[in-house]
Amino acid sequence: MAMLTFKINRYNPDDERRGHYMQEYTLDVQKGTTVLDCLNEIKWTKDGTVTFRRSCRSGICGSCAMTINGVNNLACEVQALALGSSTVTVEPLRGFPVIKDLVVVIDPLVRGLLAVNPYLITKTPPPTDQERFQSPQERARLDGLYECILCGACTSSCPSFWADKDYIGPHAFLKAYRFVADSRDEGAREHLEPLNDKHGLWRCHTIFNCVEACPKDLNPTKAISELKKEIVKESI
Amino acid sequence: MSHIDPETIHDVEGVGIHNIHRHDVVVVGAGLAALRAAVEASTEFDVAVISKVFPTRSHSGAAQGGIAASLANEEEDHWEWHMFDTVKGSDYLGDQDAIEILVKEAPVVVREFEHFGAPFSRTPDGRIAQRKFGGHTKDFGRGGPVLRACYAADRTGHVLLHTLYEVCIKNGVRFYPEFYALSLIIENDVCRGVVGWDVINGGIHVFHTKAVMFGTGGYGRVFRITSNALSSTGDGLSMVLRAGLPLEDLEFVQFHPTGLYQQGILVSEAARGEGGYLINDKGERFMERYAPDKLELAPRDLVSRSIQTEINEGRGIGGKGYVYIDLRHLGAEKIMTRLPQIHELAWKFLHVDCIKDPIPIQPTAHYSMGGIPTDKDGRVLEDGQSKPVAGFFAAGECACVSVHGANRLGTNSLLEASLFGRRAGKTMKQFLREQSDFPDLPAYAARLAIDEVERLLSSSGTESVAAIRGELQEKMMEKCGIFRDTSQLRSMMVDLQKLENRYQNIRIDDRSEKYNFDLLEAIELGHMLDFSEIIVAGALAREESRGAHSRTDFPERDDDKWLKHTLAWRKNGRITFDYKKVVITRFQPKERTY
Repeated sequence: MAMLTFKINRYNPDDERRGHYMQEYTLDVQKGTTVLDCLNEIKWTKDGTVTFRRSCRSGICGSCAMTINGVNNLACEVQALALGSSTVTVEPLRGFPVIKDLVVVIDPLVRGLLAVNPYLITKTPPPTDQERFQSPQERARLDGLYECILCGACTSSCPSFWADKDYIGPHAFLKAYRFVADSRDEGAREHLEPLNDKHGLWRCHTIFNCVEACPKDLNPTKAISELKKEIVKESI
Repeated sequence: MSHIDPETIHDVEGVGIHNIHRHDVVVVGAGLAALRAAVEASTEFDVAVISKVFPTRSHSGAAQGGIAASLANEEEDHWEWHMFDTVKGSDYLGDQDAIEILVKEAPVVVREFEHFGAPFSRTPDGRIAQRKFGGHTKDFGRGGPVLRACYAADRTGHVLLHTLYEVCIKNGVRFYPEFYALSLIIENDVCRGVVGWDVINGGIHVFHTKAVMFGTGGYGRVFRITSNALSSTGDGLSMVLRAGLPLEDLEFVQFHPTGLYQQGILVSEAARGEGGYLINDKGERFMERYAPDKLELAPRDLVSRSIQTEINEGRGIGGKGYVYIDLRHLGAEKIMTRLPQIHELAWKFLHVDCIKDPIPIQPTAHYSMGGIPTDKDGRVLEDGQSKPVAGFFAAGECACVSVHGANRLGTNSLLEASLFGRRAGKTMKQFLREQSDFPDLPAYAARLAIDEVERLLSSSGTESVAAIRGELQEKMMEKCGIFRDTSQLRSMMVDLQKLENRYQNIRIDDRSEKYNFDLLEAIELGHMLDFSEIIVAGALAREESRGAHSRTDFPERDDDKWLKHTLAWRKNGRITFDYKKVVITRFQPKERTY
């Protein structure tokens, strides 16, 4: 048990003159309590206007990605005491326009995703009354790709995205490679061509921020380098 | 009849109608049932999805263990075995005509998911991999557990949800993410649309449609310990009640045996399917006493009661409110390939490394067997029996077909949601082919919704939403949980009345229209209070123990009096009941032991 000070980014779209400011709340925090638990506690007992997204609170829905003590993470997966500091600074994901307090516009994430034709593309019709076969080795190539929860922590941490708002983004590259790497997919060109664009793959400067930011320990930078090879291979 | 004039609506002051949208179909919710219906209907019609969370944030994504289908990829299996297990699991309350559809169409639905691109785990010869799950057996219960649950590691819900979202993108489904449905527009038994609130910008939006489909999910959040998301507040159920329609079998609430201690976060049944043990304070595998044959792989109602009994009788770990699930003997490799998410959750939330230490768990409110009564094709039934509301469909956890009866088997929910979502989509297409025009929209279509938002935004009472909700969750857990009796349930009815009265005197801090979760939580609490009354009243009325409904004062199942479905209405604050016959075809009710 310890008293922690939460410094929370406040922004009310109806009060543009005030703009962004940090507001402090103190809370008695027990072991095992997550940053999301603390935000809920603040909202429910101290100030109902504090606003953030949340849903599953078990690290699978991707709603509560935010910047905690300068690091992108899921608020529901970070234990407040484990941060080891008496002040916890909570800010919205960088690089996205802020709607209110900790809530950001996620349209750029969706735009990036849509750009890569994010679905299995097949030309051969599937067998009747049967699944398509895929060996465990082929399926293993999707490990580290299919687990993405679209929380946006990676793209928010990426300097290329900060510089270019139309940058497709590491989350979408990871998704593109999830299909290109799938033995069942027959639409590599359709996933790859949109990446060969001035807002695409070549803007990645392998800074690895996305890898550090991913709360699911995925590796978009690796996916990007695989995609570059595929583009050369497919001579796009 | 006067109608809303789209030309003049933008002039309204205050909380007015911001816009009217027209789509052939509006699906409310974006989980498995909702998106599967959207995928189906969008092959032919203009489909919009409105959801209070971005689609991939839906709670279907938290499902872990698998989706049932007798593919027989790993060993012999038959739909008849799956049917027997589901009927027995339901404690004979499931409708057998609907269950027969469920188990026969299951292989088609699962293979379709594979064709859509879902990354299932694979057998050595490249087929969809299958694992064991509670209550799923060989040879009509005579054999051992069967490999029937099709899985993608322990992230099955996640991959199915994302796959459907991807197919929706491909099919051009129109999404309205972060739109909160406020009320249904039903007049003269015809559903004409739904009224929603734009969470991001504020403002009332009227969705004028030929067909509305509800896939609004469950309500675990009325209990203190739950596996469900903060957004699983059962809004769809009370929207239906408020429209004067009944709910079916709401007293049947599933407690999942293994939630992380104090958090309630799901530890998949796959953990037991892969061989995990349940251990009490004395180090005993106590399931030997409750289900000598199936042990940890008995159905959830039985395992949850057993755990709770151990805890109540002082054999919880250190006398506290939890027991252990022990996976250590499975070894690091099996844990990391088959149960990687369990390993991650136990570590992140309890700092337990389940390769080295057992995980503290307790039963957690998980799933609603009851819901909006529908027929086998997803049509919502106005009388709960046979008469459909034209243009209104439902599937998934919010609906009651009923395939789960008094207790759902693990992996049957992903199956039921997708399979009946798909059927509802097909029914909607048929329905829409015969509808040339949009039904008239009544002038007061949005009145209820506008009134509710205006009242809450200007509420200046003294009660806090969080305090009322906290008491509701605490009391529902204590008085309407795994074990129930007359005096506790009566006292809960009184508590609910008091909480309702306090709810009339709430205050919210945030008065703005943009991204106002303070407002949404107040609306959600209103819904929770409404349908909780149906849960408790139904539980009080049903004087027997069946499946998940366990009455200590009526410990036996009573087929003479209670082999029937509850239908409940709430009109002018009063609850009325009717009952419906259970459909029995192949399997006559008999004693249920495991």
